[in-house]
Order: sequence, then C-alpha cells, then structure tokens
Amino acid sequence: MGLSAQELTIGDSYSEVVVEDLTRTQIVQYAGASGDYNPVHSDEKFVTEVAGYPTVFAHGMLTMGMTGRMLTNYVGDGRLTYYGVRFVNQVWPGDTLTARAEVAALREEDGETLVDLTITTTNQDEKFVLTGNATARVD
Amino acid sequence: MAVERFPIEASHILMFARAIGDSNLIYSDDAHAASTEVGSIIAPPTFAQASAQFDPDYFLRPKDGQKWFGSGATASGTLLKDPKESKESDEKKSGSSAGGLHAEQHFTYHRHLKPGDVLSAENKPGESWEKESKRAGVLKFSESITEYRDQNGELVVTARSVGVVTEKVIEQ
Repeated sequence: MGLSAQELTIGDSYSEVVVEDLTRTQIVQYAGASGDYNPVHSDEKFVTEVAGYPTVFAHGMLTMGMTGRMLTNYVGDGRLTYYGVRFVNQVWPGDTLTARAEVAALREEDGETLVDLTITTTNQDEKFVLTGNATARVD
Repeated sequence: MAVERFPIEASHILMFARAIGDSNLIYSDDAHAASTEVGSIIAPPTFAQASAQFDPDYFLRPKDGQKWFGSGATASGTLLKDPKESKESDEKKSGSSAGGLHAEQHFTYHRHLKPGDVLSAENKPGESWEKESKRAGVLKFSESITEYRDQNGELVVTARSVGVVTEKVIEQ
C-alpha cells in the first residue's frame, strides 16, 4: 500500500525514532552486512591513535539505512524512485536518531503520481546528522 | 565500485535488514511478501551498497595475505611503528588516514532488487571539487557513478556517491 495523493498536503510530515542509544555492536553488525570494514567504525585503537577521532563512529550508510526504514514505513514498500542524502555530522555510539520526512511537492510524471519528500535525521542534541530528499510513487 | 557478479540473496537481505534495525517482513518472510503489492521479498533501499562484498578489490575489507591498516599489535598494521611513538603521528592524524569519509549518497531506483537477481555494476568517476571548511580545513570531494544492471542487462539502480578527504580531523 502506498500513500494516497488525495490525502496528502504540502507540509505533511512523518517521523520515527530510528535508533535509541546506538550500540557499537550495531555498527559492527552493519560492517558485516554491508562489507564496509573501515576500522574507523569498529577499531577503537586505530580510530583514536591513527585517525585521531574521539571514538568509533557509525557508517554514513548505516544512518541512511536506518532513515530509509522511516521512509519505507511512510511511503510503502517498493514505492521509492529516488533516495539521496548528505551526511552532515558524524553519528556516535550512544546517539538517538529521529528521522523525519516532509511532503515538499506532489506531481505527475509519465502517468504516475509522485510525492517529493524532504528528509532530515537529527540526534538527541537536535543536531542534523543527515539531510536529503526522496521521491515515491503514490496512489 | 566495479563488480562483475552481485547475486541478490535472501539471507544477505535478512542480515542487512537486521543491521539497519528494520524488522519489516517484506525483507524476510516469503509468505507475507507474496500477499503484498510488491509480491516478493525485496531488498531495503540502501542494499546496493552491499555490493562491496562482491568487489574483489574492495579496499575496506581485510584480504588474505595483505596487511590490514587497522590495529593488531600496533594501532595500524600498515605503519612501521606504533604511531604513538612516532614523530609522524601528527601528520597521520589527518582525515585521509581513515581513507576519507562518505559525504553524499544518492540512489535512483528503476526497480527494486529481489532475491534471484544477479547484478553487475559499472563505475565511472564523476566531478571533483574543493571547499574550505572551518571545522576540517580543505575538503576534497570526488563523485562516482555506479550503474547496477540485472541479468537481462536492464538498468535497475543508479547510484551516485560523493566521498570527501578532509585536511584535518573534523572538530566536534
């Protein structure tokens, strides 16, 4: 089931807490599933002593993946035609992230009705960690 | 990333969905998926990135017989000395030692991936540019475009990735 264009208004929004108290273990889990084993995400010794960061941090793609869950819960499965983001701040163990989508436009293209969404994901300090856009087919 | 053969498999989709904390049954339950509009298990929207698993040269995966740049006995397996004891340690503390950071990622979906698909991916470099940042010095951005095609040669996902190498570690 997708969204119904008739029931959507510009400015409508939907949000979800996509992770509470992000664990190092979930970051490791993402490394294993995605195949991105960059030690900055799991290797405390490397990341503090060589890379120079305070501790390990999440893959941008983990934040994009978790934000994608909010998106597909909102627009429905298999409805996205575009999803793009910028990683604007790092995500750290212990972070709680809230992902939000807002209806920016409704339009017709090639006989389909599409919704354009503006996406933001913020941490517990209300700091943006991800900003982006998505487009989905609606009914 | 260039990948000759990226088989889309149900168990890989399940593991990936777990890793992003998404328990949606469309990613794991055949019977549920069959009852939906989509009609079968599909992969989550960012799954194409996991093609890294099938890139033989992917540089962020330890490989047999090659030194890994993460820690073993010392903080970096590819530096001669423990950087703590080396004068070079300050130089090493640039964002580049982490192999750069991911700045942007965009996916255009021509259709959604499902188990049984066998993709190939071709990569071409895009633009590159520089920007000055207060928190991390000079930022060097570079773009790459990856086209994922299915077993019939049809374009299924187009990915645009932007990486950034920072002059220094990003101030928090």
